[in-house]
Amino acid sequence: MTTLSPTARHLIDGFQRGLPLRPRPYAEMADRLGVDEETVLALLARLQAEGVVSRVGAVVEPHAAGWSTLAAMSVPPWALAQIADFVSAYPEVNHNYEREHRLNLWFVVTAPTPEAVRRVLDGIEYRVGVPVLDLPLEEAFRLDLGFALQWH
Amino acid sequence: MALTPFERRLLTAIEDGLPFVPRPYALIGERVGASEAAVIAGLTGLLERGVIRRLGVVVRHHELGYRANAMTVWDVPDGAVRGAAAVLVGLPFVTLCYRRPRRPPLWPYNLFCMVHGKDRGVVEAQVEEATAAAGLSGLPRAILFSKRRFKQRGARYAPAPAMKETAWTPSTAAS
Repeated sequence: MTTLSPTARHLIDGFQRGLPLRPRPYAEMADRLGVDEETVLALLARLQAEGVVSRVGAVVEPHAAGWSTLAAMSVPPWALAQIADFVSAYPEVNHNYEREHRLNLWFVVTAPTPEAVRRVLDGIEYRVGVPVLDLPLEEAFRLDLGFALQWH
Repeated sequence: MALTPFERRLLTAIEDGLPFVPRPYALIGERVGASEAAVIAGLTGLLERGVIRRLGVVVRHHELGYRANAMTVWDVPDGAVRGAAAVLVGLPFVTLCYRRPRRPPLWPYNLFCMVHGKDRGVVEAQVEEATAAAGLSGLPRAILFSKRRFKQRGARYAPAPAMKETAWTPSTAAS
């Protein structure tokens, strides 16, 4: 597990949302963190290289810009890693996890249209030979707004 | 929430995140053939309409020690889902909460919530607290802790290149 500097923690605590929509967003972040813009740029690049930060960008409402679904499969444990790699190779698959359940492989498929999502699920089902459950979002009660991290 | 062609280009251009340069919106503008001001106005509009939920640092929680990630699901009578969800989203440790369709017999659950934590025991206690608080005790429930993470990145909305049409075999999976 990565240990972070106080500045890195403040950056993550303060900017999971509300990135300034003005020409120099990193300079504004730097002002609020009490450092200079170059420090923020270097810190973000380092956190990204270390894998702590995925990106500085947008989390998009899944059904606004396209379509997405949560999919689940039950695959034999001995084949799980290989099937998971096969599923991950689809560019439409953005999250792919093993979970503790008989349905042990869970992944998110995102594409421009519901039909395109369906084609990916059908393709995986056909090629792997295991049913794929299609569990699209029907109602969101709490969206991904980032969350406060416990540092200790 | 119909998107203009410009808005689609903009979302595609920032899929991998904003560049770490002093004027990132200007650089995105160069990529989509628009001014810095047009990029800022476009992103502002997408945020105001809720197409973009948040713009900021996207953290990979696993790398920060959040290894106990529990997708908790219940089979809740349809009429009781919203009431239960209203309680769940008020709990500080519930980070996501959704309704999804049941797929019986394999999958009887319709209410999903996510609890991320560092310690499995703490997360299990939080799930029990959530179950009791939302009046879900006694209903069918499952807690699906995550194990291996095979892939995690932002969504892509541009049409993807077609995959080669081959049957799955161990050799294609390894390639």
